[in-house]
Amino acid sequence: MSDHEYTPKSKVGKWFNDRLPLLTLANHLTDYPTPKNLNYWWTFGGILTFCLITQIVTGLVLAMHYIAHADMAFQSVEHIMRDVNYGWLIRYIHANGASMFFLAVYIHIFRSLFYGSYKSPREVIWIIGIIIYLLMMAAAFLGYVLPWGQMSFWGATVITNLFSAIPLVGEGIVTWLWGGYSVDNPTLTRFFTLHYLIPFLILGLVVLHIWALHVPGNNNPVGIDIKKPSKDTVPFHPYIVIKDGFALLMFMIVFAFFVFYTPNILGHADNYIEANPLVTPAHIVPEWYLLPFYAILRSVPDKLLGVIAMLSAILILAALPWLDTSKIRSAVFRPLYKQFYWILVADVLILGYVGAMPAEGLYLLIARIATAYYFLHFLVVLPVLGFKERTTPVPLSITEPILGGSPNLAAVKKKDSFKDQ
Amino acid sequence: MKNFFRISFLIALFFGFQFNSNAAEKVEYLKTDWSFKGPFGKFDRAALQRGYQVYQEVCSSCHSMKYLSYRNLVEEGGPEFSVEQAKAIAASFEVKDGPNADGEMFMRPGRLSDKFVMPYENEKAAQAANGGAYPPDMTVLVKARGGGVDYIYSLLQGYEDPPAGVTLDDGVYYNKYIYGNKIKMSNQLSDGLVEYSDGTNASVEQMAKDVTTFLMWTAEPHLETRHKMGFKAIIYLIILTVLVYFSMKRIWSRIETKV
Repeated sequence: MSDHEYTPKSKVGKWFNDRLPLLTLANHLTDYPTPKNLNYWWTFGGILTFCLITQIVTGLVLAMHYIAHADMAFQSVEHIMRDVNYGWLIRYIHANGASMFFLAVYIHIFRSLFYGSYKSPREVIWIIGIIIYLLMMAAAFLGYVLPWGQMSFWGATVITNLFSAIPLVGEGIVTWLWGGYSVDNPTLTRFFTLHYLIPFLILGLVVLHIWALHVPGNNNPVGIDIKKPSKDTVPFHPYIVIKDGFALLMFMIVFAFFVFYTPNILGHADNYIEANPLVTPAHIVPEWYLLPFYAILRSVPDKLLGVIAMLSAILILAALPWLDTSKIRSAVFRPLYKQFYWILVADVLILGYVGAMPAEGLYLLIARIATAYYFLHFLVVLPVLGFKERTTPVPLSITEPILGGSPNLAAVKKKDSFKDQ
Repeated sequence: MKNFFRISFLIALFFGFQFNSNAAEKVEYLKTDWSFKGPFGKFDRAALQRGYQVYQEVCSSCHSMKYLSYRNLVEEGGPEFSVEQAKAIAASFEVKDGPNADGEMFMRPGRLSDKFVMPYENEKAAQAANGGAYPPDMTVLVKARGGGVDYIYSLLQGYEDPPAGVTLDDGVYYNKYIYGNKIKMSNQLSDGLVEYSDGTNASVEQMAKDVTTFLMWTAEPHLETRHKMGFKAIIYLIILTVLVYFSMKRIWSRIETKV
């Protein structure tokens, strides 16, 4: 942990700290040297922690009133919305909180992609992050099933059926997941149990994520290794705490707007119709944050290959530290990578868009091209770019970004992300 | 900052696409000004009471309202009938209760604590009485339809003679606004169908608007509280954000780096 030894001032504090060094930990967290040039894209870690805690707290209250039974789930949600004191508020925070959580995590991930935060020595932080992301998707999917509306039921049917693509044992696995021969009460109760469990797994992984972060320290917009502590760093408290707090408040304003003024806009109307196994909705679509992967799944004509493509699209991220061969972390000094980065962003947005559309005609064609490009980016562009790209000169430190009077300095300063917001 | 705008733009574009895509496949709905729209939106009390009357006299013979209780009619932010009025409304329904000491079920007049009485014993009975179609429960109906209140409002006024070439089976009607244009509910509203106690002219448009307002309330009974609280919460957050911003400036001014 910290380089220096910490000794509490009070006798009691010292006595306790010798037995359980909680005060040393607190001291480490407040003093933690942080690069002083972190921009606002770095505040999303704190925002995500807030999202997780919000989901857990509101979720606990909802679980006190919710009934995980196929005949009563929908009704109990209406009970929460009508009769539980501020139940509507808690449920809307929880439901929109999931979307806010994903919005923040996508910014967090794309920040990492832009500034090369996944590269050595931060591979383990990155991989833990990918596992958290996977668990988030699982939690979100399971949670969406609980209100037992039409989209819950049919979404669960579609997603669980994906496992039937596995050769030989597929059908058996699906029956095992369902606890019967269709999505029914046993499915709901086990989904509720898992939905309750996963956030705590995420919480544990978040602790590991932060622990692993505190070993090498934060990456920064310049992407260079810095001495810690030094003129390039500030102590986490109060500098980063207040800045994260400010960004969090901005985020909360957006969050509040959704909760209070358009609480249902991110959901699907069909989920206010109670689940009916005999009526299939016209379009079965997942929540917006899963759409890019849904598009990849549907762009492959073969079911098994589609599932493999969808899973690979996520798992390929775990291999990213080794697929990106460039020694330079930050895209600020990688003119070509920067272009490809924005193409990838556009590609993912396009995938999200076609994921919401029916898989036919032009949409399907676009989905296929976008899917192909997604894999091309990671499997071809990134490895090749590391060898071919001519990067611009990188400064030696944050405070003294001087490289023998490089004319590039002015460019660096003017460029976004170096010193600005 | 440039990146920030670029990303905001892309996100906005993405959501824009999504909403567009939802709207693309539907016809243009009839528009009216809803009193409950917007951050300060409130229900029109009189419209809610009239809307209840339309529901009661027209819709309730087929459509249930199973998550609503008679006591809700009194509650703040709703039609706000007086307790006496609501008690009288409840008492005008027969509710099955029991079993009594003899083990028999019995009928008694409704109370405020009772849920709205269902028009049919069960779903099968409802289907049998309606040519196989189940009249959906109306409590959260406006939230369960893509176009929300505009859709319901339009649908109620969207009955037309089928265009040439469209043949309708028995018990199926043509409606401009429903998906596929075929609906199993016949046109329910006609001018002067109900007699409003407040003297409002009961035109089809008026009744459609009133009953849709009522349905918005049944779906979102806490809408007014939500709007009021949201305004306070956001003002509070903005003030706090400004304060924290200046604190941040102050703290970061200790070192030369701008924040």
